[in-house]
Amino acid sequence: MRLIFQVMAKKFTKETYLYWYELMLTIRQFELKAEEMYKMAGKIRGFFHAYIGQEAIAAGCMSATRPEDPYITGYRCHALGIAKGLTLDSCMAELYGKATGCAKGKGGSMHFFSKEHNFYGGHGLVGAQIGTGAGLAFAEKYRGTDNVSLTFFGDGAARQGMLHEVFNLAMLWKLPVVFICENNHYAMGTSVERTSNVKDIYTLAEAYDMPGEAVDGMDPEAIHNAVERAVTRARAGEGPTLLEMKTYRYKGHSISDPQKYRTKEELDEYKHKDPIDLIYAKIKKAKYATDEELDAIKAKVDAAVDESVRFAEESPWPSEDEVLKDVYDVDHPSLFVMD
Amino acid sequence: MARQIAFREALREALNEEMRRDENVYLMGEEVAEYNGAYKVSQGMLAEFGPKRVIDTPIAELGFAAVAVGSAQNGLRPVVEFMTWNFACLALDQILNTASKMKAMSGGQIGCPIVFRGPNGSAGQLGAQHSTAFESYYANIPGLKVISPSNPYDAKGLLKAAIRDNDPVMFMESEVTYGDKGEVPEEEYIIPIGKADVKRAGKDITIVSYSKMMKVALAAAEELAKEGIDAEVIDLRTIRPLDWETIVESVKKTNHLVIVEEQWPMCSVSSEIAFRIQKEAFDYLDAPILRITSVDAPMHYAPNLAALAIPDVPRTVALVKKALNKK
Repeated sequence: MRLIFQVMAKKFTKETYLYWYELMLTIRQFELKAEEMYKMAGKIRGFFHAYIGQEAIAAGCMSATRPEDPYITGYRCHALGIAKGLTLDSCMAELYGKATGCAKGKGGSMHFFSKEHNFYGGHGLVGAQIGTGAGLAFAEKYRGTDNVSLTFFGDGAARQGMLHEVFNLAMLWKLPVVFICENNHYAMGTSVERTSNVKDIYTLAEAYDMPGEAVDGMDPEAIHNAVERAVTRARAGEGPTLLEMKTYRYKGHSISDPQKYRTKEELDEYKHKDPIDLIYAKIKKAKYATDEELDAIKAKVDAAVDESVRFAEESPWPSEDEVLKDVYDVDHPSLFVMD
Repeated sequence: MARQIAFREALREALNEEMRRDENVYLMGEEVAEYNGAYKVSQGMLAEFGPKRVIDTPIAELGFAAVAVGSAQNGLRPVVEFMTWNFACLALDQILNTASKMKAMSGGQIGCPIVFRGPNGSAGQLGAQHSTAFESYYANIPGLKVISPSNPYDAKGLLKAAIRDNDPVMFMESEVTYGDKGEVPEEEYIIPIGKADVKRAGKDITIVSYSKMMKVALAAAEELAKEGIDAEVIDLRTIRPLDWETIVESVKKTNHLVIVEEQWPMCSVSSEIAFRIQKEAFDYLDAPILRITSVDAPMHYAPNLAALAIPDVPRTVALVKKALNKK
């Protein structure tokens, strides 16, 4: 299953809402199923970071950009990979570590990739991709395209030195990049308030003369509008923007997080602003779809998720000779130390 | 006799030729453009290629290395100059965790054709923080290639190969050899990565070295020749992949091996060579493999202590005699 979306001449039509709804629902149902296969079935191992609660960001960014615009993010990468066009089959197979996965079973949960869909992955070192993402933008500008790099990171990454070096470079060189800080309020178990006196992360842009904006990260419309402004500026050669998406993850930092650092009330407050519920209600209110049509979308998504499990289950493991492949551009025994 | 040019000019010719050949190659680093290079390797390049392709950076090794790595993943072929490899430590996360691993992590989808280059190791009394030799650090990392040439001819041919290579290449130079002159032909040539070179043929003992320590190794061989000891001197040129076959072939002939290098001794290049040769050529060795490395301490400033810290000719000569059990 793959969702294709073209930016429409008219903003926020019926198709926009239905696209957002189906994409966000797909991401959520996929991750809920994957978590089940991790916890209940033991089919998935390693670190696993769910995006659940943050789906509006993937939705609003996708509708405001083009397929050619490269995306890069941290280890919480399932959603943006799916949004950019990875099939659920290839994503579930990657979580299983199967040869049919989107990184041939070599990446795992934190390292989804699709060169074909301009998704430059899933990166495991907090904040490292801020610089790599600016480099994707550097290449677009160098080649004279008007593509824009969307570079995602969390509130934890905002405290890395990389951010400051790269904000400076991106402004100095007017790189076509939109820095998207997905502020879900906790760097693992440490709240934003406990990591800096600067609590509004978007204001960090001011130090580099970069436009910065806070955005309601639970609302696809607000996200789309902010990204559209930033992308338009970047395409016109006016350089980078920092968008701070105020959002929330319903699940822990990773699958093994007991979440003792936050209250149930705080979590419930955000669940009342759930982006899927929000868009569902708007679709109903505007009569963009009947209950039957919405049920059909849900049934289609659930079937695709179930199919991805079947696909992953039935896929083969990577062959053992893959262990020394993809390390160098050309595989040759002389490149390795083998005793 | 072919023309003689300096090491830095050989590097510059490689850069210029490759940038003329391929629009996607660019040079980035501190002081590379308007200042014409901290060591004048890139002199005149801004004038020829303009600021789009010869790019000055702020002092932000992690940041500009990351931008270069990202651009390499998206189709460009950057050459990043570090003013010294000592400063590249700040960019190690990008080299180790992004550049070297992305091909594997993406299942082969996203490669990183990039060259990181600059002076490496000690260069006189520069104190502890400007004097470390890093070949062994990067040679430990699968996914990378590590080159450390000793003369202008090798430097030019290997830098051209590095720029055309599709993997991340660490290219290590030396402040103290930038002015060295050597024969470099006018016509284009490429030296393949991963091939050692026998710089002096001999039959009594094999001396393996690389980079500026080749000067020590070759001078020691000349001294030894005066005493009737005929040393074969092998220049590794590439550290990873390591051309151990060339060493084995030599040891089969000489039955003795001494290694001269500027690394600290623990887990050094000589450690790996010694392991490989005892495994592959045990029956050919008439004596233990010996080595001379940097002293196992940060480099001190005082001239006598600085001189003691790295291999020199007298100590190399003495080590060879010890390996041969000669007074």
